[in-house]
Amino acid sequence: MLARRIIPCLDCDLGVPDGRVVKGIEFRQIRYAGVPWELATRYYEDGADEIVFLDITASHERRATMFDVIKKTSEHVFVPLTVGGGISSLEDARKAFSAGADKVTVNTAALSRPDLIREIAESYGSQAVVVAIDAKRRYQDLEGRITINTESGRCWFECSYYGGRRFTGVDALAWARRVEDLGAGEILLTSMDRDGTYDGFDIELTDAVSRIVRIPVIASGGCASPEHMYEVFRKTDASAALAASIFHFNQWSIRDCKRYLQERGINVRLTD
Amino acid sequence: MIAIVDYGMGNLFSIYNALLKAGGDPEIKRDPEFRNAAGIIIPGVGSFGRCMESLRRFQEPLEERIAEGTPVLGICIGMQVMLDESEESPGARGFGWISGRVVRLPEGVTVPQMGWNSLELKRDLELLDGISSGDMFYFVHSYHCIPYDQRVVAATTHYGVEVAAVVAKDNIYGTQFHPEKSGPKGLRMLENFVRMVRC
Repeated sequence: MLARRIIPCLDCDLGVPDGRVVKGIEFRQIRYAGVPWELATRYYEDGADEIVFLDITASHERRATMFDVIKKTSEHVFVPLTVGGGISSLEDARKAFSAGADKVTVNTAALSRPDLIREIAESYGSQAVVVAIDAKRRYQDLEGRITINTESGRCWFECSYYGGRRFTGVDALAWARRVEDLGAGEILLTSMDRDGTYDGFDIELTDAVSRIVRIPVIASGGCASPEHMYEVFRKTDASAALAASIFHFNQWSIRDCKRYLQERGINVRLTD
Repeated sequence: MIAIVDYGMGNLFSIYNALLKAGGDPEIKRDPEFRNAAGIIIPGVGSFGRCMESLRRFQEPLEERIAEGTPVLGICIGMQVMLDESEESPGARGFGWISGRVVRLPEGVTVPQMGWNSLELKRDLELLDGISSGDMFYFVHSYHCIPYDQRVVAATTHYGVEVAAVVAKDNIYGTQFHPEKSGPKGLRMLENFVRMVRC
């Protein structure tokens, strides 16, 4: 039986040499958690099952390149590496793979041009393509949408792109099904309602997407504790839980999260 | 020196870096010439058929070294091509060093298998020194090996069916999982390989 995975996500600002990991904006102040390859190495040693790098560089100037960040990381980290943020062509994907990435995630570019999913899958295999879906609950305009019943009423989910700044009108549940057909190997599913709230994963969303596709779903958005991971694994078929800030400042170690899960009967990979 | 066979189908940084970390002295070899190699790695990239097309020119020098006792380790597709044939590429001939065939994972499980699964050890093997049943390794594959002589299967994993995870026949070894992506346990296995190569 496959283990449920715990995946730390590193939002990387490449505007400085070596890059830096952005912890998120709190009280209008951006906080930095460290240098990407160093943090990735720490998480690897702590038992991360996979590492995700997302390029969120705001400035036009990229002092570090993702290529260098991946290359340096792959000297120290011996679990799969996933890279996303700004992958908009087969050529971008090729560069990431040739630096040592095992998978790429695509969101905006795939929504704009769905065939990109097929192209990457045909060249590198389905396992190398992760489609990121950023979904937000909508309680209006239900006509023609795939809807679910939630505690707060019937809703559908709308895909956003450009880092959550723009909405597409695309039905996230229909899109999930489509990306599977196009050859996506996994879905990285982020709840825009929960992202940054620390209220836990959107269980209803995660459950709905996990039921609608056969490919693995990575739950993301809102995780603040091992209890949240336990909840998403107990109540849904999510194959992985992704979290960022809870690891960055040592609130919880990955090891502690996994022990917590194992004690409650969740199949996880424990390291010595 | 441990030669990594580069048949031009993808990046080999991961296995190169992992062998370095495991104390080995890897060298990426584009030419089919393994005279200085104390051990050889056949990495796994692409489909069975395309892989064999690119690997064919390495066959003779590889078989010479195998006959001389050099340890050879195939990873993922690199293990599958050691068998006779695969459902993935009908008509394509594998190396046939281990007799058997490669078939698709069964209906009813998500294909590819992608993620961490646990091993069940079937027999003692130096390559698996320090590794126990229950230890997890990273798998990514849609097809799996069925050797006709089940005694070559040194470890299995369960995914819809019993899957051969490690095969060993004399100095020929194969792993269906990726040791270079399997964390400390994967590195331990590569350390064992490095040690076996030095003996």
